[in-house]
Amino acid sequence: MRLNKILKNTLLVLTACLVLSACATKKEVATDIQGQMQGDVYTGTDTVEYLADGVPDRVFFATNESILTTASRETLRAQAAWLRKNPSINVVLEGHADERGTREYNLALGERRANAAKDYLMTYGISSDRISVLSYGKERPVDSGSNPLAWSKNRRSVTVKAN
Amino acid sequence: MTKKILILLFILIPINVNALIEVDITRGNLNPLPLAVSPLSIDEESRKDFEKILKKENIGSEISNIVENNLRTSGLFNPLDKKAFLQAPDIANLKPRFEDWNLIKAQALITGKVNYVEDKLRVEFRLWDILAAKEMMALAFTTVPNNWRRVGHIISDKVYERLTGEKGYFDTRIIYVSEEGPKTQRIKKLAIMDQDGANNKFLTLGNELVLTPRFNPASQMVTYLSYFKNMPRVYLLDIETGTQEVVGDFPGMTFAPRFSPDGKKIIMSFAKDGKSDIYTMDLENRIVEKITNHPSIDTSPSYSPDGKYITFNSDRSGYQQIYVMKKDGTDIKRISFGNGLYGTPVWSPRGDLIAFTKLHKGKFYIGVMRTDGSGERLLTENYYQEAPSWSPNGRVLIFYRETKTNSKGEGFSAKLWSIDLTGYNERQIKTPTDASDPSWSSLLSN
Repeated sequence: MRLNKILKNTLLVLTACLVLSACATKKEVATDIQGQMQGDVYTGTDTVEYLADGVPDRVFFATNESILTTASRETLRAQAAWLRKNPSINVVLEGHADERGTREYNLALGERRANAAKDYLMTYGISSDRISVLSYGKERPVDSGSNPLAWSKNRRSVTVKAN
Repeated sequence: MTKKILILLFILIPINVNALIEVDITRGNLNPLPLAVSPLSIDEESRKDFEKILKKENIGSEISNIVENNLRTSGLFNPLDKKAFLQAPDIANLKPRFEDWNLIKAQALITGKVNYVEDKLRVEFRLWDILAAKEMMALAFTTVPNNWRRVGHIISDKVYERLTGEKGYFDTRIIYVSEEGPKTQRIKKLAIMDQDGANNKFLTLGNELVLTPRFNPASQMVTYLSYFKNMPRVYLLDIETGTQEVVGDFPGMTFAPRFSPDGKKIIMSFAKDGKSDIYTMDLENRIVEKITNHPSIDTSPSYSPDGKYITFNSDRSGYQQIYVMKKDGTDIKRISFGNGLYGTPVWSPRGDLIAFTKLHKGKFYIGVMRTDGSGERLLTENYYQEAPSWSPNGRVLIFYRETKTNSKGEGFSAKLWSIDLTGYNERQIKTPTDASDPSWSSLLSN
């Protein structure tokens, strides 16, 4: 009786696994993208470069948004710490948009994104004299793809050493 | 470059016939008017002279080819095959045998002749109504031989105007951004060409990113965005002299420039601290005025043709929408209320419509609405297209369209397209490179 029950459960688990693995292969691409995006904000590291050890150079945004995510704020706090340690370094924050918007609006949106990053760096003690802002709108994508993952990589503000 | 050229124009025979042919351009034209463009006749001596000067074997045929091509691309006319013509060009120009032209179903006929007179190109042409067996118009032009293409465009405009009752748009130019290279690192140059794609010239070298060029009303100045020294600023370029200057002294990015209808001001956006507001600068006294003042993004401003109102794009409601205000920034009213996002509003030269780009459910549309936002009409749907610019007669829109790349990110292209206000007659305008941000000049001759 007990053995029977155990067998039955095992069987159930097995079937469930089978169904799941079938699903996984079918939706391989979708899962892959999911692993690199949260909502439609890019969370992967493909395109990220480092200003210093543990200091990522860029933050990512949701479509049409300039709100900093928790991960973005963490990145910017690391950048602020690095900037405090290196007081002679100035930076340019380069704001970008994806290709799914009109050119002129995207120029403004890139500026707004870079400014969101600038404001956050300033609240962590970095003087505005050390930060300039430059928007590229949709003119300089990092990924030339026409898909949600590529667009998520392109919606970004990149901190670049100015000197 | 092409100076304001002197074209002597005179009416050969002052006649006033009631036109029997009328082309209705307010509706989609599925039955373009059949018409015959007889090659302009040329005497052998003049032919040889022009062959020497212009390297064209028969300038008469070349000019009529321009006319034929213009009338065909307008979508309103159907130029008939020359092989079917029964009457020789020189004789037809004297007096057409109307029954011959009637036989091939031509409803109108264009004839003319070309002469070489004292180093000048002299062209006369006549427009005939075949059914009424009458001359509708006769004009002659004298100009320097190098202007031969413009003569073709002016004839096209005259014919268009006589048959539709509205000004033409053929003697015009397009300024646009030429694009080359990979999508992630595009090289962009300002370029200018005739409306039919001829006489393409590059105005910048591609050393810095340039965007959104727009003509002034006289079509001799251009305002555009340049990333010169990595500082995105609005610039002013004199096409003839090549002189460039920054517009205003703003501590940050200026963008989305356009001229006021009198050409005296530039209206643009200035972005600072995450906000973009609309400003004007008077080109004579350099006085800068702030027109909007809002924490949102206000951009893509465009004046009404009388200069009293401004339409612009703002996300003050949370998303990109189209607004209209008085020229001093008061009385701001949202006019777009449909589903989706709206951008790039641009006021029609006729004053009654605003063209726009709309993004809805992953598709981009070019459309028009009345200036109060009513009567929205979408003309074309695609993966990506934006930035309509009006033909000077307000009947055609030119815009650019980008393709979707494949899974490897390959296959990107950007091209110029035009479409009639009716939603018909969509066609690609051929450019030597990829192209975007087109802006249509005003009519160069009146």
